[in-house]
Amino acid sequence: MAKVIDTAAIQPGKAKSWPKIFAAIKAAPFIPLSIIVVFVLAAILADLVTFHDAYQVSLRDRLIPPFWQDGGSLSHPLGTDPLGRDVLTRIIYGARISIIIAGAALAFGGGFGTLVGLTAGYYGGKIDTILMRFADITLAFPLILFAILLVMVLGPSMMNVIIAITLVLWARYARVIRGEVLGLMQRDFIARARVSGASDWRIMMRHLLPNVMPTLIVLLTLQVGWVIIVEASLSFLGAGIPPPTPAWGGMLAEGREYVSTAWWVTTAPGVAIMLVVLAFNLCGDWLREKLDPKQRSI
Amino acid sequence: MQRYIVRRVGEAVLALFALSIIIFLMVRLTGDPALLMLPPDAGADALEDIRHSMGLDKPLVAQYGLFIRDYATGSFGDSLRSKTPVSDLIKDRLPNSLKLVGAAAVIVLLISIPLGVLSAVYKGTWIDTLATGFAVLGQAIPVFWLGILMIQLFTVKLGWLPSSGMGGLDHYVMPAFALGFFTVAAIQRLLRSSMLEAMDSEYIKLARIKGLSEFRVVWKHALRNSLISVITLGGIYIAILITLGILVEVVFAWPGMGRLMFQGIVFRDFPVVQAVVLISAGIVIFSSLVVDIAYAYLDPRIRLQ
Repeated sequence: MAKVIDTAAIQPGKAKSWPKIFAAIKAAPFIPLSIIVVFVLAAILADLVTFHDAYQVSLRDRLIPPFWQDGGSLSHPLGTDPLGRDVLTRIIYGARISIIIAGAALAFGGGFGTLVGLTAGYYGGKIDTILMRFADITLAFPLILFAILLVMVLGPSMMNVIIAITLVLWARYARVIRGEVLGLMQRDFIARARVSGASDWRIMMRHLLPNVMPTLIVLLTLQVGWVIIVEASLSFLGAGIPPPTPAWGGMLAEGREYVSTAWWVTTAPGVAIMLVVLAFNLCGDWLREKLDPKQRSI
Repeated sequence: MQRYIVRRVGEAVLALFALSIIIFLMVRLTGDPALLMLPPDAGADALEDIRHSMGLDKPLVAQYGLFIRDYATGSFGDSLRSKTPVSDLIKDRLPNSLKLVGAAAVIVLLISIPLGVLSAVYKGTWIDTLATGFAVLGQAIPVFWLGILMIQLFTVKLGWLPSSGMGGLDHYVMPAFALGFFTVAAIQRLLRSSMLEAMDSEYIKLARIKGLSEFRVVWKHALRNSLISVITLGGIYIAILITLGILVEVVFAWPGMGRLMFQGIVFRDFPVVQAVVLISAGIVIFSSLVVDIAYAYLDPRIRLQ
């Protein structure tokens, strides 16, 4: 059962004292957090920090190696791809694609799943049984396969990738949140809220939701990496973001034929995916320890 | 036990039913399914023919009946590209995919179990750090990039292993390892924490008091109970191996279902993609059903829940 949050701690305006915040910063996983900050900044400021066009094909400049190798130069620090586009520029714009897809899929999927979980746990009975049956069926689908088919039918685009991931993602949230809510429903403060005449909606939003927040945040953080890998896998297979958009998975696919001559074309997006996923996973693990030590199995 | 099996089989059937409904509706609601089943240059006569054979001129319920009948009897239509029946293509490829998944499963068990046990027994030492670091990395590296890296190292640089196709045992090494890496990481992590819990329990203390050798305490008594947590998730691991198999087959040009589907995506060959997705999803749902029932048979606590 989740611990109940001290309500004073979640009220806005009552900030913790500075030494405590400082201690929290010191204990935070510094390297993963800075990777995430760089990733987010790159996505937001992509237009300002790049000097090349991510789409401009220039066959004269094709397959230039990174600057530390013979023939490389600092004007293309990570080299160029088979179409002469700057690899670093495309990696930075790729961060934007990844963050949009992860953000949208987690917002829609997580939001909807949380709502389903709250409803199922709060009302119980038949509603609970039906909603959870749907969630179990959804969880039984292999996501990548489902997404491939959906994208084949609807056509490859960013929107369709987001739709496909969202359609499968919600179920995990519904299951976990419902489990938490079932525990909370036994507690006095829910009964008291009922007695004091709070509506169902109010109890769900003001009393249950804040208490499942720590679990929700941990789950969201842990799944950012997973969504990024799924999107990269889809793009790699040609069922995700269509070229020439600079998606990391697609860049890996485009460089695949050049592994023996131009290693950097696949290595750059590979490292980018790995670092970002690693950073989010480590932060998620850290948050889980911090916020909810009992929930180790999600 | 019977009630559990009935419930679990019911769930699997429902999942398959839901999958078929979703695919059926998805194809019909988003455009003309006849166009998906034919090459773009098909004539009006061919379109009329396929519309008739798919029953597109009939009511929706009857169409669904035809859809299910075709799948139940193994007629998945013809490939748009090679003009041969999709069922023939799949018959050739399915065994290859299963061989790869099988080889990966063997590697997973051989590596993850010792790694999980050792990292728990030697908690806090360099062995633990190494094993845990390996696990954390394994969950962050995209499997297709891992495959590419291995090709760069073992084929391009060292020239030790073949990078594509099927053949002798040496063809299995890289694809099977790349495919198993993620699952090794997941099982190692899980086994480590459940081993730590087991080593702390009363029955392990008792086993030690009885004077059993440390080897037997760890590898028999503690491991046996810890493996339950791994077996619970067995169905999920199989599902992961099957879906990741698609990506690995593409990287290593493995002549299996995944590569077949990839070519289907590239050439917009819808009948092929649809058939591979449905069959793979069926295998995933079926194998997690088998694992769950076997597990409930072994552990009464599950079926009584």
